[in-house]
Amino acid sequence: MATTTAGTPAQLIARSRAVRRARSVLVITIVGIALFATFCVSLSLGDFKIPVIDVVKTLFGQGDKATEFIVNQLRLPRALTGILVGAALGLSGAIFQSIARNPLASPDIIGVTYGASAFAVFAIVTLGLTGAAVSGLAIAGALITAFSMYILAWRRGVSSYRLILVGIGIGAIAMSVTSYLLTKARVEIAQQALVWLTGSLNGVDWSEVRALTIALVLLTPLMVLLVHRLRILQLGDETAYGLGLRVERSRLGLIVIAVLLAAVATAAAGPIGFVAFVAPPIARWVTRSPGPAMIASALIGALVVALSDLLAQHALGDTQLPVGVVTGVVGAPYLMFLLARANRVGSGG
Amino acid sequence: MTEHSLAAENLAVGYDQREIIHDLSVRIPVGKITVIVGANACGKSTLLKALARLLKPSRGTVLLDGKSIQQIPTREVATKLGLLPQSPTAPEGITVADLVGRGRYPRQGWIRQWTKADDEAIADAMTSTDVLEIADRPIDELSGGQRQRVWIAMALAQETNILLLDEPTTFLDLTHQFEVLDLLVDLNKRDDRTIVLVLHDLNQACRFGDHLIALKDGAIVAEGNPSEVITEQVVEDVFGLAVKIIPDPVAGSPMVVPVGRHTTRNGQASPDNPAAKALAASAAANGICRPADR
Repeated sequence: MATTTAGTPAQLIARSRAVRRARSVLVITIVGIALFATFCVSLSLGDFKIPVIDVVKTLFGQGDKATEFIVNQLRLPRALTGILVGAALGLSGAIFQSIARNPLASPDIIGVTYGASAFAVFAIVTLGLTGAAVSGLAIAGALITAFSMYILAWRRGVSSYRLILVGIGIGAIAMSVTSYLLTKARVEIAQQALVWLTGSLNGVDWSEVRALTIALVLLTPLMVLLVHRLRILQLGDETAYGLGLRVERSRLGLIVIAVLLAAVATAAAGPIGFVAFVAPPIARWVTRSPGPAMIASALIGALVVALSDLLAQHALGDTQLPVGVVTGVVGAPYLMFLLARANRVGSGG
Repeated sequence: MTEHSLAAENLAVGYDQREIIHDLSVRIPVGKITVIVGANACGKSTLLKALARLLKPSRGTVLLDGKSIQQIPTREVATKLGLLPQSPTAPEGITVADLVGRGRYPRQGWIRQWTKADDEAIADAMTSTDVLEIADRPIDELSGGQRQRVWIAMALAQETNILLLDEPTTFLDLTHQFEVLDLLVDLNKRDDRTIVLVLHDLNQACRFGDHLIALKDGAIVAEGNPSEVITEQVVEDVFGLAVKIIPDPVAGSPMVVPVGRHTTRNGQASPDNPAAKALAASAAANGICRPADR
């Protein structure tokens, strides 16, 4: 202990920062390994089982022709989409929750994904569209919802409480639109829309992987620049102003990024519920980080989707569930816990 | 640390449609402790927020070094003027060192890179507020007084010459109130910092303020050193309360003794206390027995 107490105060500060950083790095490494393991297991399971070791070999280009076809062509797009969608949702949730300083503020609780769903269902049911067109309209829906939310919550700046309440209201409107559209639809079409609405990785291919990768590659540099500001926004508007942050502009920029992340994820796989909601708190908890914990949130989000999809595909034998069913089963109790705790401490969330 | 000047000229400011301050001009004395006092809702915090550029004036200007504060890039302002809001919020689980470190934001580039100068500024801020020992503790676990010292340390890490504090003692017990005020005096003496704060307690304002600004309905009623500002007339005017002013037995500064409507529980001063008797007699002689109409 003598060595840690020695040193100038400045060294003490540098050391305590290094300790905080070391913990995050350690956690990120462990979650990364767990994610890779889940990824390999999900690639090995299916109608034709492949040993995990052969999966790893194939991924590094050492496999034989047959396994290469099964792994790279049949199973890889789904597994990769799951991971990318989970990462995008985790990041989106981390940004929203830190901006609003409220664990309830995630894109699937405030209206963003509901808006995307309403537009997608409109595309499927009324316009009879499929594939990329549905995804495009889902993204448009998320953006329009977020934009109207921001405008309606605006009053000399956007307070987090107004944003959440307005968001929940708009979400309710979008949901009722969705229900209305479904009641008007023919049964087979409604069935197709319902599968989309639960969030599913069934039948995704390389085009989803490509779209998600492009979106994440474009958004990552912006996130790197703005995360720094997110840490200041967390201290509340007045303190942030005092520290010289352009609060409203930063918040708007961050909201746009978070909405885009949620939108591309929803467009690729439907509104997979509760991932954006549960991943960031878990990430903050395991890293003991007060900050947005972006990297950890992305990895935990990916892990949640990967594990859930593994369960959805294989837990019930031949019956394949949409992945959203599993994430819902995990996420809903956490929402109830959060609401119960907020009521008990009287903080209202 | 270079000196900076802060002033307001013909300032009108408020919230939404409600204007609180209509036409106020003030010059904050450089290198001194200025205390803004006044009744609730008189515009104390509004003035402080306008001086800190949190509120945009509807007319008039706030001048930092003679230039309109709205024209200077906000990040540059943050290197000259620091602010501690009334009830700042910290993210759950943040440690003391982490929070104080965020005070370096205006001094750092686009991508956060920690330099030796940052560490030294943080260490210095934490040493002078005496929170270095608790550097790795989460701030949710601290007492109110410790937490307030941590927030002051965060503002100090900004290394600004001017420090504005909105009611920094409000939620603290008496010991911690004096701890914070003593700390502010130290900071003022050591580095010639200009400090502006809003306080509720007039006796503390008299003790620790070089310069007092008494506000009523968004206008300055009196301004100057404590003995000029804290007179029986001014206090009655500003607070609508009859008081006696006597010298503070410890500091010699003016001390406010409220008369109130019921001087004691029984409606009269204790007969055994000669001081109270004298006070009651003089109150009666001056015709003060109830406060002015509010």
